[in-house]
Amino acid sequence: MLKYELVVIGGGPAGLSAAVEAYEQGVRKILILERDKELGGILNQCIHNGFGLHRFKEELTGPEYSLRYIDLVKDTTIETLTDTMVLEISEQKVVRAISAERGYMEIEAKAVVFSMGCRERTRGAIQLQGDRPAGVFTAGTAQRFINMEGYMPGKRVVILGSGDIGLIMARRMTFEGAKVEAVCELMPYSNGLTRNIVQCLDDYDIPLMLSHTIVKVHGKARVEGVTIAKVDENFKPIPESFKRIDCDTVLLSVGLIPENEITQNAGIAVDTRTSGPKVGELRQTEMEGVFACGNVVHVHDLVDFVSEEGALSGKGVAKYLKGELETTPNFSTANSDGIGYVVPQTVNLSNVDDQVTFYMRVRSVYDKHIVRAYQGDTLIAEKKERKFLPAEMVNFKIKKEILANLADGEIRFVVEEV
Amino acid sequence: MAKEMTCIVCPIGCQLTLEPEGESFAVFGNKCPRGKKYAIEEMIAPKRVITSTVAVDQGMYPVISVKTQAPVPKELIFDVMQDLSSVLMKAPIQVGDVVIKNVQGTGVDVVATRNA
Repeated sequence: MLKYELVVIGGGPAGLSAAVEAYEQGVRKILILERDKELGGILNQCIHNGFGLHRFKEELTGPEYSLRYIDLVKDTTIETLTDTMVLEISEQKVVRAISAERGYMEIEAKAVVFSMGCRERTRGAIQLQGDRPAGVFTAGTAQRFINMEGYMPGKRVVILGSGDIGLIMARRMTFEGAKVEAVCELMPYSNGLTRNIVQCLDDYDIPLMLSHTIVKVHGKARVEGVTIAKVDENFKPIPESFKRIDCDTVLLSVGLIPENEITQNAGIAVDTRTSGPKVGELRQTEMEGVFACGNVVHVHDLVDFVSEEGALSGKGVAKYLKGELETTPNFSTANSDGIGYVVPQTVNLSNVDDQVTFYMRVRSVYDKHIVRAYQGDTLIAEKKERKFLPAEMVNFKIKKEILANLADGEIRFVVEEV
Repeated sequence: MAKEMTCIVCPIGCQLTLEPEGESFAVFGNKCPRGKKYAIEEMIAPKRVITSTVAVDQGMYPVISVKTQAPVPKELIFDVMQDLSSVLMKAPIQVGDVVIKNVQGTGVDVVATRNA
């Protein structure tokens, strides 16, 4: 049987960063398994620029960003297997995988990193009514078709959902000669980054229709149009507002879900708030020696934070393999009013160098608010922003010395008015 | 009169306020100097980095991704796209290889953003 110190499942930005960091911390026998035919993950289809500002202090395109990490991997003894699909991992951390070239493989791992990313919600997931013609795509699928495979999915487009991929595809399809009729967003606010609304929609006069949805798809063989509607405060379509838009293509940008089949089959519980495994400060899961990072833990908005989280898990792996990882946590985190989730879910202070970064998302748009951390009624720390948006992940750092003065227990995050 | 805009230089998306100041503008709300530069340029001569693809022969995929190495005038976007549509590269290609030199007379090159 193949034997490795670390097996990384998924060769996107999270997995690459985890492997590179583990290597830098002294782990030598590392294998990355990737199901696509090259490393880099979804970044390879994200050809727009703006990646890497935090990490590299410059603006890169997705493929350029992933290439930085792929090159780092090439300078090491880290091994990679592409075109390889992981089926499951056993309780003894035996990774079972298949590839056309090698057939079935069993790989014994001392530590495993889950970095399988996430999947787009589909038409089925949102129960979109109407006919079932060709021409309904998730935004990411259309992105891969245009940017990698060289196909143009359609000429006249309506986009449902204002997630970042949808916004970016509105611009991309416009570049390629398509007409984007509208972007419909169910919520009264956009789910994309503000800069993407500006440079992808406003630049090309593409209307963003807030509190709007598609109530029906028309067309037998190919999409011929959609009926859109304004929704009331309970998200119920208002019949008087029904309006038909002719189009040949519908793109869905309605959210992402961490891809945790392998995690769940390994018996690791998934947090219902993040749809990812519960993790500690170094991204250790509840299964000993198994770590997770990137969009498999929670959906990030910027790849820089995915890399950061990957590096944390790489550190965790190195610590674990040296027998230095402390396991019993001091703190658990909880979210209340206005906060959707908090990662990590537990913190063990002895594994922390100088501070812990808590990632979280607010549930709604908040102006003149502040995010605060409490233990019981005691205020521990706070984070100010001009505005809190559900689309923008909140990065909340707390110094180790502040946490060291607290009793073990729960840290609760909350959005409060100022 | 003051003008509001969202900075698009980086994903932070600062909310900027611009007030006329002589020939130029005073900029408020930017967290970094690039925001100020962007805001003034956006008022006078808006520019964008264009990212797209060109056809490639004998690569792993039929197209590779490219970008303008610097922002180019916004009104030239569709002319640049037109130029890109007639390009056929031949593999091997390295990231940074020039695809079109001085595109549309802007002084900016279009370069490959991946290997093929």
